[in-house]
Amino acid sequence: MATTKEYNLNFGPQHPAAHGVLRLILSLEGETITNVDPNIGFLHRGVEKLAENLTYQQITPYIDRLDYISTLANEHCYILALEKLCGITPPERAQYIRVLFDEITRLLSHLIWLGSHALDIGAMSVFLYAMQEREKLLDCYEAMSGSRVHPNLYRIGGMRHDLPETMPDGTNFFNYLRDFLTELRKVLAELENMLTDNPIWKKRTIGIGVATKEQAIAHGFTGPMLRASGVNWDLRQQQPYAVYEQLQFNVPVKQAGDCYARYLVYLAEMQQSSRLIAQCTTWLENNPGPINTDNKIINIPAGEAYAAIEHPKGEFGIYINSQGENKPWRLRIRAASFPHLAAINMLAKGHMIADLAAIISSTNIILGEVDR
Amino acid sequence: MIHEILWLILLIVKIVGVLIALTITVAYLTFFERKVIGYMQARLGPNRVGIKGWGQPIADVIKLLFKEIIIPKKSNRFLFLIAPMLVIVPTLTIWAIIPVSSKAVLANINLGILFILTFSSITVFGIMLAGWASNSKYALLGAMREVAQLIAYEIAMGFAVVGVVMASGSLNLQTIVMHQSGGIWHWYFLPLFPLFIVFWIAGIAETNRLPFDVAEGESELVAGFHVEYSGIAFGLFFLAEYINMLLISVLAALFFFGGWLSPVQNIPWLSSTLGWVPGSIWLFLKIAFFMYCFFWLRATLPRFRYDQIMGFGWKILIPITLFWIVILGVIINLGWL
Repeated sequence: MATTKEYNLNFGPQHPAAHGVLRLILSLEGETITNVDPNIGFLHRGVEKLAENLTYQQITPYIDRLDYISTLANEHCYILALEKLCGITPPERAQYIRVLFDEITRLLSHLIWLGSHALDIGAMSVFLYAMQEREKLLDCYEAMSGSRVHPNLYRIGGMRHDLPETMPDGTNFFNYLRDFLTELRKVLAELENMLTDNPIWKKRTIGIGVATKEQAIAHGFTGPMLRASGVNWDLRQQQPYAVYEQLQFNVPVKQAGDCYARYLVYLAEMQQSSRLIAQCTTWLENNPGPINTDNKIINIPAGEAYAAIEHPKGEFGIYINSQGENKPWRLRIRAASFPHLAAINMLAKGHMIADLAAIISSTNIILGEVDR
Repeated sequence: MIHEILWLILLIVKIVGVLIALTITVAYLTFFERKVIGYMQARLGPNRVGIKGWGQPIADVIKLLFKEIIIPKKSNRFLFLIAPMLVIVPTLTIWAIIPVSSKAVLANINLGILFILTFSSITVFGIMLAGWASNSKYALLGAMREVAQLIAYEIAMGFAVVGVVMASGSLNLQTIVMHQSGGIWHWYFLPLFPLFIVFWIAGIAETNRLPFDVAEGESELVAGFHVEYSGIAFGLFFLAEYINMLLISVLAALFFFGGWLSPVQNIPWLSSTLGWVPGSIWLFLKIAFFMYCFFWLRATLPRFRYDQIMGFGWKILIPITLFWIVILGVIINLGWL
């Protein structure tokens, strides 16, 4: 009489689908997953502790490196928390620039998500086309800050400097962005054409990694993960920060809660980001003005503040407890993708190994942020 | 006596010639593949080694030859090393009976199709052993997937070939091709269209290419059954995979697209203007087209899941072939083919 036995499989930390250095200990029955035990910490750099020994200005680059593919969104959150603590409101133009770059960041992050999600399901070309578009946006980063990945651009009460007039090759910055948006629309249509109605894609994503509305809320999901489960929650609308109140955009919501719903939400969000970028571009072109507060001397008062923004992956929050020194007494980071990774067992249980690759990539975890 | 010896020497020269030709073809197939996929993915592909990258395959082969073969400590050394040979030898043997024109063939045997089906099945043992002897869970999972998939799709492919045998009334590859003479309208892909589609899909599955490459699905099993292999031991698996792709392309051309026959036979003006083109060029063009399709699919489609592949093979492909074989029987009985 043949007997079957559960066995363990070590998935990672060096694995092509692990998105960085994630180790999952899988309990398998044949190819069916009975338990997933995520093992994190391989990328732990102790940013929260490091921050306690750095001045506020020195912390910004560290915050950049948390979620290393949506850097400016991290920065925005940190700066918002500090401004909240000091009670400073930056000039409107600075806020528009921030929103512009937040949305560029969202596109950067979503594009790499789309690419790597498709790559994990086997559609290799999507990745390269997404990366190609991403390069053009990184050029914007470079023109603005001199750095392609870690810009260190936002300052308390404003920006490091104003928008560049031209790109390095001489084209007008605003025209470049507008051209990019037209181009992006075409590329997205092509990629959608390749995936959205593809029967194999649908077979691989529909009904995979389902989180119901209740489960999503109970596990603390935010961002696209939550919206794909049918909850209309977007901090840009619910607790507007910067100038989101003055801009028009929709929050895409899907009900199914599976990988396919997440894919649709991500794609729809890219369209909305394009809309926001277009609006910001028009406003910024017509409204020159100061980009920093007049108050040049900033003393961070004692007290505490928590600021949260709608990061590409969900709610990214920074809590600062200041004792009135030039460095924080405690800095705490709420990583957007941490709860999503924590729910991996719920999402993947009962699915197969191949689905695990799809589920991990659909949750869009970045280990730099999870491990901090 | 001297005649026999001369004949033997000539045969050995021919065999070596075929093997060398195959190896070089495979080397340049990888180059072709990387170029095609490169252009499809908005990049250039290899273009550094040699003139416009043409030295790349040579460099790759040399690299593989000189790399150390790492044998995992807890593996079964004997089985670990014999597995790649078990895969490559049957794969190469099949080429003994593949005709490239009405005359150029090493062995013109009457049971050609059976020979091909038999030898292509033997490779399963090599894969199973490779997965097992590596003593790695990833390799074992990959091997299990591959074996199940090969068996399922071999049946579908076998049935598709049965249709060809019924239509031509022969198991001999030469005869099958000659039965299709008379221009593009006489080729079997028209009357046997569903069987051709099944054959092609099963062929892709047999060779482990996207969208059926679950056995080495990179994002799941890293590299599947050959995850522990390195150096030329890995090179042999790689070679076998590409030779199999080439084989499927050749067979598709021979069975359904008239082999080395010109598509414009019996077309008044064209057949005389294109009459000088030798048959092997036509065959080469057909093979190149099918290889291109392999690469095209790889650049386009996402990957199936393992259980979906099995369902697809057993529940869709095999019923289609069975159904069409019945229809074909009726057609042949009525004398329409």
